[in-house]
Amino acid sequence: MIRQKVVLRFPADVVEQPFIYTLAKKFNVTANILKANINPRKEGSMVVELSAEDEDYSGAMDYLQSHGVIVLPLAQQIVWLEDRCTQCGACVVICPTNALWVKRPEMTVSFCSEKCVVCERCLKACPARAIEARYLDEEGE
Amino acid sequence: MKKLRSIKEINEKIAKGQVVVATAEEIISMVEEHGVEETARRVDVVTTGTFGPMCSSGAFINLGHTTPRMRMSKVYLNGVNAYAGIAAVDVFIGATEIPETDPANTNYPGEFNYGGAHVIEDLVNGKEVFLEASSYGTDCYPRRKLEKWITLDDVNEAYLFNPRNCYQNYNVAVNTSDKTIYTYMGILKPHLGNANYCSAGQLSPLLNDPLFKTIGIGTKIFLGGGIGYVAWYGTQHNPNVPRTDNGVPRTGAGTLALIGDLKQMNSRFLRGVSLLGYGVSLQVGVGVPIPVLSEEILRFAAVSDAGIMAPVVDYSEAYPQGTGGILGEVSYADLKSGKIIVQGKEVPTASLSSYPRAREIALELKSWIEKGDFTLTEPVASLPSADFPVQFSRENKQKEE
Repeated sequence: MIRQKVVLRFPADVVEQPFIYTLAKKFNVTANILKANINPRKEGSMVVELSAEDEDYSGAMDYLQSHGVIVLPLAQQIVWLEDRCTQCGACVVICPTNALWVKRPEMTVSFCSEKCVVCERCLKACPARAIEARYLDEEGE
Repeated sequence: MKKLRSIKEINEKIAKGQVVVATAEEIISMVEEHGVEETARRVDVVTTGTFGPMCSSGAFINLGHTTPRMRMSKVYLNGVNAYAGIAAVDVFIGATEIPETDPANTNYPGEFNYGGAHVIEDLVNGKEVFLEASSYGTDCYPRRKLEKWITLDDVNEAYLFNPRNCYQNYNVAVNTSDKTIYTYMGILKPHLGNANYCSAGQLSPLLNDPLFKTIGIGTKIFLGGGIGYVAWYGTQHNPNVPRTDNGVPRTGAGTLALIGDLKQMNSRFLRGVSLLGYGVSLQVGVGVPIPVLSEEILRFAAVSDAGIMAPVVDYSEAYPQGTGGILGEVSYADLKSGKIIVQGKEVPTASLSSYPRAREIALELKSWIEKGDFTLTEPVASLPSADFPVQFSRENKQKEE
């Protein structure tokens, strides 16, 4: 089972095709539309959470791409709230990429956003709730 | 052992602005460089600090009388139940209490985003907190219901009264099972995926005075950013545990019951925290001054992370089942290096106790003393201690090598 939030970009020449219907009917994909901007004959975009069995999901991706739809991962950003952080370090063993790390010997917690893969495991692992996920939409805002 | 100075003499030096204070971290290198004798002669006070989740915490609040009067029998603060089984408008809000509407672990692992500790933090931050109270009504207290917003300024007295804080040493928690577990020691990944510890080690108050030679009932301390006192020995206080040659307990041992005025505190040193799958807790900042009354007291205070050992405990089996048994012992120097070896496997470590904030507290208390804002107290009574034949033959310096 795959569940993924993605951004779909529909070029103007395909925007009027019933893609979401086809995803559901042909590939058993559940599409939860979070945001959409679709207009006749104009490039459109959609933030959507797709969930499906692995095979159906990859079939759906092939279908979308072969019909000119651009599939982008949803841009998310993890924000470390330094003021809220109490510098305990509980997050560092939960972070799989060492984006959250402890500087030694000072034992201070730091966050390196370049290393972050936005897995979001730290969000609830932080006792002080000093880490937040902010969603950037398809325009990168 | 020769007495170097009295608390009275130290307070005279504080008044004159001549007192010499070092933190429990600074004192280590001073002793290494100048030796015990000279350092003990020069330094009057060693300040300690710790900042970690301490579940056994809470606050007594007198909510103030209403018109007409009310004997509150059920009280909620921001939806969190406060114990009202005491006098009319007195309540105790416990740090770990969660709202009755919280799904807790029915939605495993529960998030526990808000509880008594957060109510305390909100009050300390000057935020408005919603009070709901109900009563059965009496002739002298006829009112039956009250709903209003209150702030810390609105209530009469509010003081933190924590039955068990400052655990002298603690377990290192690991998980040998094949699934992730969610504990008060944080998230523990399967197959020894991580090892979590919770002590400031060489900065921690009771590890710097392992036999309670100076810390006693009535000792004035830094608590949550304000001034507090040691009220009693804490619950589960147990000095009769195995110790290393330097007298330091090799497992959880002594504890302190602490009291202090909530109105003096601030949330940098008093924080509500959410432990995934476990519950709510309160991060409490505590700093205790240790008067250097003798060379022996300084030797204790000069302990370093390399000289403090902690037991590695399996929180998937031995701890919950209460079967005892440990998987090994490691030093705080090992723990702070970022990895330890357990059963031949390299295991990454994480702390739930904030060492940087512990250092900040020790430095803050140091500056209070240097500025003359904080004087030292003689304990009114001793804490139960152990009769332990301490040997300083293996000094910190040798252990680090």
